[in-house]
Amino acid sequence: MKKSGEVQKSGDVNMSGAKILVQCLKDQGVDTIFGYPGGQVIPIYDALYDSDIKHILTRHEQGAAHAADGYARASGKVGVCLATSGPGATNLVTGIANAYMDSVPMVAITGQVPTALLGRDTFQEVDITGITLPVTKHNYMVKDISELARTIREAFHIASTGRPGPVLVDIPSDVSRSAGDYDISDDAMSLPGYRPVLEGTEEQLNRAVAAILESERPVIYSGGGIVNAGAHEELKQLAEMLVAPVASTLMGMGGFPGDHPLFLGMLGMHGSKYANYAICECDLIIALGARFSDRVTGKVDEFAPHARIIHVDIDPAEISKNVRVNIPIPGDVKTVLQQLLPRLAAKLPGAWQDRIAAWKKEYPINYEENGTLKPQQVIRGIYNATGGRARITTEVGQHQMWTAHYYTFTRPRTFITSGGLGTMGYGFPAAIGVQAACPDETVFDIAGDGSIQMNIQELATAVNYELPVNVAILNNGFLGMVRQWQELFWNRRYSNTELFNPDFVKVAEAYGAEGIRVDKYTQLAPALEQAIASSKPVMIDFVIEREENVLPMVPPGGTLNNMLG
Amino acid sequence: MRHTLAVLVENTPGVLARVAGLFSRRGFNIDSLAVGRTENPDLSRMTIVVEGDDRILEQVTKQLYKLIDVIKISDITADEYVDRELVLIKVSSDPAHRGEIIQVADIFRARIVDLGRKTITLECTGNDGKINAFEESLRPYGIKELVRTGKIAVLRGLKYTNLESGTDLSSNKTENV
Repeated sequence: MKKSGEVQKSGDVNMSGAKILVQCLKDQGVDTIFGYPGGQVIPIYDALYDSDIKHILTRHEQGAAHAADGYARASGKVGVCLATSGPGATNLVTGIANAYMDSVPMVAITGQVPTALLGRDTFQEVDITGITLPVTKHNYMVKDISELARTIREAFHIASTGRPGPVLVDIPSDVSRSAGDYDISDDAMSLPGYRPVLEGTEEQLNRAVAAILESERPVIYSGGGIVNAGAHEELKQLAEMLVAPVASTLMGMGGFPGDHPLFLGMLGMHGSKYANYAICECDLIIALGARFSDRVTGKVDEFAPHARIIHVDIDPAEISKNVRVNIPIPGDVKTVLQQLLPRLAAKLPGAWQDRIAAWKKEYPINYEENGTLKPQQVIRGIYNATGGRARITTEVGQHQMWTAHYYTFTRPRTFITSGGLGTMGYGFPAAIGVQAACPDETVFDIAGDGSIQMNIQELATAVNYELPVNVAILNNGFLGMVRQWQELFWNRRYSNTELFNPDFVKVAEAYGAEGIRVDKYTQLAPALEQAIASSKPVMIDFVIEREENVLPMVPPGGTLNNMLG
Repeated sequence: MRHTLAVLVENTPGVLARVAGLFSRRGFNIDSLAVGRTENPDLSRMTIVVEGDDRILEQVTKQLYKLIDVIKISDITADEYVDRELVLIKVSSDPAHRGEIIQVADIFRARIVDLGRKTITLECTGNDGKINAFEESLRPYGIKELVRTGKIAVLRGLKYTNLESGTDLSSNKTENV
């Protein structure tokens, strides 16, 4: 039976704006959206009621935005979230900003007060296009139903092409209530100012090849663009061909196999010493889909003092924004690598590779066991229990860095974390989105006891939709990363970083999830086994060493070869 | 160095906010910004005068290009172009000085657009050098109010900054070192 509001492949059909919207979402291949109803989106929810799009009701709009983000990062598709006007829309803002900073394709749809009431401080009116101007790739307010279908098409196109990012579409409720014509065969867009550059030019490629051939000490610096572009295979070929070590950003983890002999781990503030030493000593950096963020460069004037820099990035504005680049190649990193690879010849390992091997041996990332449960042991435990094949999300803080250090990511889109914005409260709703995108995979949110409480209400969502995400709380009773900074740089004055926490096991059980407490190493493996086997969401409260630090560390503003720990 | 950018944008609500917000957010200094419709009603032209070295100009251009509504940016600074700005200046004029003020206006080919009992309002067009000189000449008499439109500019001769041609700072162009 045909559901109402669905359209066959010919001609104009007259229907409500809300139904046009839902039909457009289906045309874009959307099968799941995350949202929260409210007054100005009732027409849209009414249209969804008849649709086979799966709507996941989160318990807070921020959760919906992060879930859509997690869904997008795990699947590579555009994530969609939906909220009402006013507070519903403003609650999305952190999630939109998070997606913007990490280049995640997302379409956020908000209800708005009717056009006749715009600008009058109407109940639940807020200028959400104005508010999200700096944190969206683009945004729209649809004031006329005749523009609705084209706007939705453009929103998906902009969100998913070029450098991906969030696009917000604000729809006044009279537009979703009124009737208009919808033509499925119409695929027109009007974007004269939007032309992403995908290919490198001959001249750029030739200069890059020459620099690579001349180089004796190359390092590949790979970022989230590798994951977004699906360029992990090309990256591996390049690294192996040049025998060039690969240092990854946080966002790039999984873009190069973490167990590969050429992998240097992360670079930057919490990078490995050998990655940072390699950057300081190299004569060529091949930057691929990365943006020289302050967490990567440390003191920017002293970043990679001996290196020429080739920079491949889909966003021309990232090139020479923070660090002057010698050979800029704006373009899609997969396309550019495919252009570059046939022009290069295999190199042999030499003194440079020996030096790196010696650094790796001398300065491994390590921790001391002392009988208490160590956070690093928990991460390794999760790695072992999942065979390294789980989809991992994190919140933000110490646990996030330990996850990057101790869970060996070998596949793209398996490490899903808030990199640029550093959003506590991201990981759990993101894990719900990841589980919705990957129903047959094991999903873990690795959390801190602080972060998890920023969106803990989403336990209801996970239980409600039978999404069996696992939450591993590394509970040290502190806002650990801030405490670490207070310890190292603020004379141990622990101002407002010690936490009073609820009983997380009881919280989980109250929501209908499973709760487990682990405070000894011997309980670690059985608890993880139980969690992975369970068909319910499971929250494990790992009571860990209270004042463990994330090391090594470049002090803020310091140079990369000057690390603590 | 000051650069004059001719920026072709889609004539959409909010495009000015997008451009102005970008400048303030990224810490770029706008000397002046003038905006208006073009020969094509779907397009607007912004003439932006921006202060900064080549590196800043490169970032300004690239960041502007990221805005979906921005179609084309031309740096016309190095080209032959005609630029104009209009200023309205209200000066106090007691009867003893009125003649002098009118003389100044004549020298600058300004027009008197309003005459009050104690003030005189003048209109003057020209490039910013002339406008500055005009303003300085009137300052001794007491400027009560002054409004400048900001500069607008067009290339001389057969060169255009519209969609078809001109010195396009294409988003692909990233020339360094």
